[in-house]
Amino acid sequence: MQLDALDKELMCSGHVGCPGCGATIAMRFVLKALGEKTVMVLPACCWSVIAGPFPQSSLKIPVIHTAFETGGATASGVRAALDMKGDKETTVITWAGDGGTFDIGFQALSGAVERNEDFIYACYDNEAYMNTGIQRSSSTPYGAWTTTTTGADWKKLRKKNIVEALVAHRIPYAATANIAFPEDLIRKVKKAKAIKGSKFLHIYASCPTGWRIPSEMSIKIARMAVQTNIFPLYEVENGVNYTINYKPREYLVREYFKLQGRFRHLKDTDLDQIQEMVNEDWALLLRKAGEHA
Amino acid sequence: MKKVLEGSHAVAEAVRLARVQVISAYPITPQTHIVEILSDYVTTGKMVAKYLRVESEHSCMAALIGAQSSGVRTFTATSSQGLALMHELLHWASGARLPIVMAEVNRALAPGWNIWNDQTDSLAQRDTGWMQFYCEDGQEVLDTTIQAYRLAEIVNLPAMVVLDAFYLSHTYEPVDVPEQDEVDRFLPPYKPAFILDTKHPYSLSPLVTPNAYMEMRYDIAMAMDDALEQFDRVEEEFAKIFDRRYGAVEAIDCDDADIVIVTSGTVTSTGRLLLEELRPRGEKVGVLKIKLFRPFPVEAVRRALGKAKKVVVVDRNFSFGASGIFAQEVRAAICNVPGHPPIFGYIAGLGGRDITVKLLEEIYFDVKGSSAPRKESIWVGLQEVNRAT
Repeated sequence: MQLDALDKELMCSGHVGCPGCGATIAMRFVLKALGEKTVMVLPACCWSVIAGPFPQSSLKIPVIHTAFETGGATASGVRAALDMKGDKETTVITWAGDGGTFDIGFQALSGAVERNEDFIYACYDNEAYMNTGIQRSSSTPYGAWTTTTTGADWKKLRKKNIVEALVAHRIPYAATANIAFPEDLIRKVKKAKAIKGSKFLHIYASCPTGWRIPSEMSIKIARMAVQTNIFPLYEVENGVNYTINYKPREYLVREYFKLQGRFRHLKDTDLDQIQEMVNEDWALLLRKAGEHA
Repeated sequence: MKKVLEGSHAVAEAVRLARVQVISAYPITPQTHIVEILSDYVTTGKMVAKYLRVESEHSCMAALIGAQSSGVRTFTATSSQGLALMHELLHWASGARLPIVMAEVNRALAPGWNIWNDQTDSLAQRDTGWMQFYCEDGQEVLDTTIQAYRLAEIVNLPAMVVLDAFYLSHTYEPVDVPEQDEVDRFLPPYKPAFILDTKHPYSLSPLVTPNAYMEMRYDIAMAMDDALEQFDRVEEEFAKIFDRRYGAVEAIDCDDADIVIVTSGTVTSTGRLLLEELRPRGEKVGVLKIKLFRPFPVEAVRRALGKAKKVVVVDRNFSFGASGIFAQEVRAAICNVPGHPPIFGYIAGLGGRDITVKLLEEIYFDVKGSSAPRKESIWVGLQEVNRAT
């Protein structure tokens, strides 16, 4: 595989992520794409821990850890200060989980992108509050078990469509990306870096611990999420111009679900219903992109 | 140059003179005049700064944390509900050792909705690691804001300049506005030791395990202790250039006073009028103004109250289930002094109700006629209360 990325590693060994952690894979690729001239804002998420406890750090860029709901706002302040110091070169990136993005940090994110602050907001999505022990978030998909949606109370609400919420803000650039598609991920990070204003990246990051999958399945599951149309790869410019980056029909939804312990309780009828939801979402995306199935 | 300025305007002038580089604000009455004026200064180029018009007070403080961590001087102003919303990040700012300066216009907390003067909002933040200065007039507000930057940047702790809603924020008074070069002599450019810098990549405010957290907290405690000494030094430097100083406390006619009334904020001015009223009538009364609330000037308070036979604390605030908050602090400061005077706590003026000279006089004579406090807190000026059941 040829990766159009820096040779330099800005994430080092010694991080404390779980084996097979998708969030660490995502971080490594994103930093390769961004390079050293990067300041990272890190609201509470798995990465608050993964980076390592004081006095150690597995990241070779300046990082400011901050409160859970402040990813958008803290980055706005960092950007403002760099601008005042005449530093237009350094990229400011917020690196947040789905809880800090879809839920508690949504207001600050919405505020920051409404102001079109010049920064990248990257959400690595592992579809629940994994750092606190697998509690459901508004990113948790329909059908999932979590420690707060157990037994018959498995989540029966759809995952919030965060990209569309950001697109509605008419920001210059919003895109999905996935750890199993590193070329696409790196291209999107570099593209975001070159655009002025607010950029949003929604990065699928599998979580073996929370999804009840073997760690060696992390990439396979991530790839299948795209191949099933559960997590389509696409980008949207200025809130209107949609481009779908990958058009698969390789797997049925049930094949993706059957591999994960978090969906073990689902019946065939549930999986049929979920397949319909995925088909419906895909058709909607195709319409937005002006394409036909 | 002397100008007739509103208290809010005095704050804004100080922020301009302090060469603040990033301002972030969210509107709440009655602090809005401060941030409106600053917005205009930035738009018209009277100030060279970035102004972030954020979507909440919480985001406002988060933005300042980000900006200050990147090595620039910052400012915001808030009140009441806005300050309460910031609470989480007040702890963050001090824990991250960021010398952010904020103007806090004392306003009552809801419900019931009340935009008027009450100190409970800022006093409820007393454990957040912010220095707090309670100001009496427009000149003190301007001077204290400039001094707050100097002190905050010496000890690496954030500072809150507190002013009474309307009585101070919206009152016009003559204020001497210093020249820029004088302020520049007093307040050097902000040069922090650790910032977000791609050439020297530090990780700020990371995960800290039990084997280091306590030391970090102790370091904050030491910085607060240090701030008490540095406060005097900063005032001295300020006085050399501007010939004005206020003190952590100001003891007015306390030397021979049998009864000392402890005040804060604009009530002190009312207290000064009370002295003009009562002293000629032979009443041995003094007033102790407490300006510095965090760090609390324990020694100065002990010295000022040492000779009094009775001490009265007038609190425009209340801690439910306990007492007035200044009274608590004064009690704590003198409880270990052998033979200390009794402390009489009075609650007055909540939610903007006026504290008049007449009311202070009633309190004084009530104390004079009592051998010991009837209760921990006596609420004065109350109408009949129908108690909720």
